[in-house]
Amino acid sequence: MTKVLLVAEHDGAQLNLATAKALSCATQIGETDVVVFCDGANAVCDAAAKLSGAQRILKVSRSENAKPLAAVFAPQIAEMAADYTHILVPSTTFGKDIQPRVAALLGAPQVSDIMSVEGPRKFKRPIYAGNVIVTIDVPEAAKVVGTVRTASFKAADGGASAEVVNVSVDTDLPTHTRYIALEAHASERPDLQSANRVVSGGRGVGSAENFALIYSLADKIGAAAGASRAAVDAGYVPNDMQVGQTGKIIAPDLYIAVGISGAIQHLTGIKDAGTIVAINKDGEAPIFGVADLGLVGDLFAIVPELEKQLG
Amino acid sequence: MKIIVCIKRVIDYNVRVQINREGDGVVTDGVKMSVNPFDEIAVEEALRIRERGEAEEVIAVSVGTSQSQQQLRTALAMGADRAILIETDDDMQPLVVARVFQKLVEREKPGLVLMGKQAIDDDANQTGQMLAALWNRPQATSASKLELTGDSARATREVDAGLEVIEFDLPAVVTTDLRLNEPRFVKMPDIMKAKRKPMETIALSELSIDLPTQLAQSNYEPPPERQAGRIVDSVEELVAALREKGVV
Ligand SMILES: Cc1cc2nc3c(=O)[nH]c(=O)nc-3n(C[C@H](O)[C@H](O)[C@H](O)COP(=O)(O)OP(=O)(O)OC[C@H]3O[C@@H](n4cnc5c(N)ncnc54)[C@H](O)[C@@H]3O)c2cc1C
Ligand SMILES: Nc1ncnc2c1ncn2[C@@H]1O[C@H](COP(=O)(O)O)[C@@H](O)[C@H]1O
Repeated sequence: MTKVLLVAEHDGAQLNLATAKALSCATQIGETDVVVFCDGANAVCDAAAKLSGAQRILKVSRSENAKPLAAVFAPQIAEMAADYTHILVPSTTFGKDIQPRVAALLGAPQVSDIMSVEGPRKFKRPIYAGNVIVTIDVPEAAKVVGTVRTASFKAADGGASAEVVNVSVDTDLPTHTRYIALEAHASERPDLQSANRVVSGGRGVGSAENFALIYSLADKIGAAAGASRAAVDAGYVPNDMQVGQTGKIIAPDLYIAVGISGAIQHLTGIKDAGTIVAINKDGEAPIFGVADLGLVGDLFAIVPELEKQLG
Repeated sequence: MKIIVCIKRVIDYNVRVQINREGDGVVTDGVKMSVNPFDEIAVEEALRIRERGEAEEVIAVSVGTSQSQQQLRTALAMGADRAILIETDDDMQPLVVARVFQKLVEREKPGLVLMGKQAIDDDANQTGQMLAALWNRPQATSASKLELTGDSARATREVDAGLEVIEFDLPAVVTTDLRLNEPRFVKMPDIMKAKRKPMETIALSELSIDLPTQLAQSNYEPPPERQAGRIVDSVEELVAALREKGVV
């Protein structure tokens, strides 16, 4: 029988929305338990218990689990895997760090970035920066170990009330890796990965100061702010704003790309967006090849005007 | 201390990848091949560590066909001291590659293994973590900063929430993110010099690897196309169109 174990992502206080999205994938496969590795974190377990589709919430609370270290979580997940046919985790930097370690401990191949479930052991996933979609069959001999491309799934609804069960996993844990700090850049804006609207700026924006233009438009329409890699590399914005193959893969209802040329590595991050708007002074920019609405011109004139007219 | 750097031969990132007629792979004939961009960053980082006097030797390794020698030569031209090719014509998925690297690590006993966070062909983002697990050593993935301090190291990792700092004992596996460094350009004399550097070739079969189950991959297809929409002439028209779609 198919039994799925989904590893929840959280920061100790809040359940990450990626978990609810990955749960939608998991429940398409079979009955799913959600495991929360934590030190306390009752609020996180309660939030997970509300997600519809989860059978049980397994709480593995021990001091070593206070921070997400792959070398610490992986042996515990591998130990719990005995009772499951499938182990899933969201394909976020959290999941990408942990899951291959689990796969190696289990001697199983890993399916990265599951974008659709074609059968209990059959999935589709993107390769070559999303330019090719390939169908994967996991042989019967192996456990299914995978990461879920969250932009491909809608978040599971709330309103349920699954049971929270305390589970102890007695595995020796390594001490060779120590968590020091997280430098999160505080932002009042919506979270890039779950926002319905995103305004992104590229190299064309020209400077960190000029990004005020992007933030201002974003705030006007309640959007998250994103960026191209070029804008991050140039130091205009922090790394956590990068959208694309090696940044965040997002699927907002509205994506406004400002001064972004539209390299394939960027486009792969926004393929599932509802409406894409491009503002670029170069009418030949590849971004116009995917944009639903394009406006050719100088962003420094267009963006303030757009903000004004949206008022 | 020795550093092992893992180099994968991949289709150059500027190439528009084409699916073959059979739909069971992509076209590679006559296509430009390169060192995986993240691996070039790994080589650069290893060289900088050696140039700071914190390592003595940089060994570039690759698992693949004999043609991967070209990419190993690039690493040697950049400054790696020697290269090892584990030769095979078979499709190599991350768990197999990690088992190969585990053998090499047992043989070479490096203080650090540097590799890319992901190969831009399979976009798997697995091999480094798998090696770390098999080797039972620490990992620092998606590193954008790395400092060695004797027996341990400190890395800044690019994570979704920002920048995470971890400290770990050596030996360890570190995978590179794009902002770790900017790889140097290879100069002509270095290419000539690289031809005389040692390159060892080992057949995969000689390593007696326990071959794990591999995933079956089929039905290569293009992603659903997004149609280009329309170009509007003014901000007014843009706002009207957005309102009509109900997205603002
Ligand atoms: C392995 C690898 C992974 C990568 N991963 C990513 C990724 O995850 N995300 C990502 O974004 N990139 C990624 N890249 C980089 C990518 O290839 C491009 O270099 C990058 O996306 C370009 O960013 P850009 O569009 O902001 O800059 P550019 O390509 O320089 O484009 C700037 C645009 O701004 C326009 N512009 C300039 N001034 C104005 C103005 N006043 N008004 C209006 N328009 C203006 C220009 O016409 C131009 O089109 C990756 C590359 C590699 C090799
Ligand atoms: N066949 C290979 N030969 C050498 N290095 C590899 C190979 N496959 C993967 N790697 C290394 O592992 C990293 C991650 O690859 P992947 O897990 O396939 O995304 C790459 O950036 C390389 O450094």
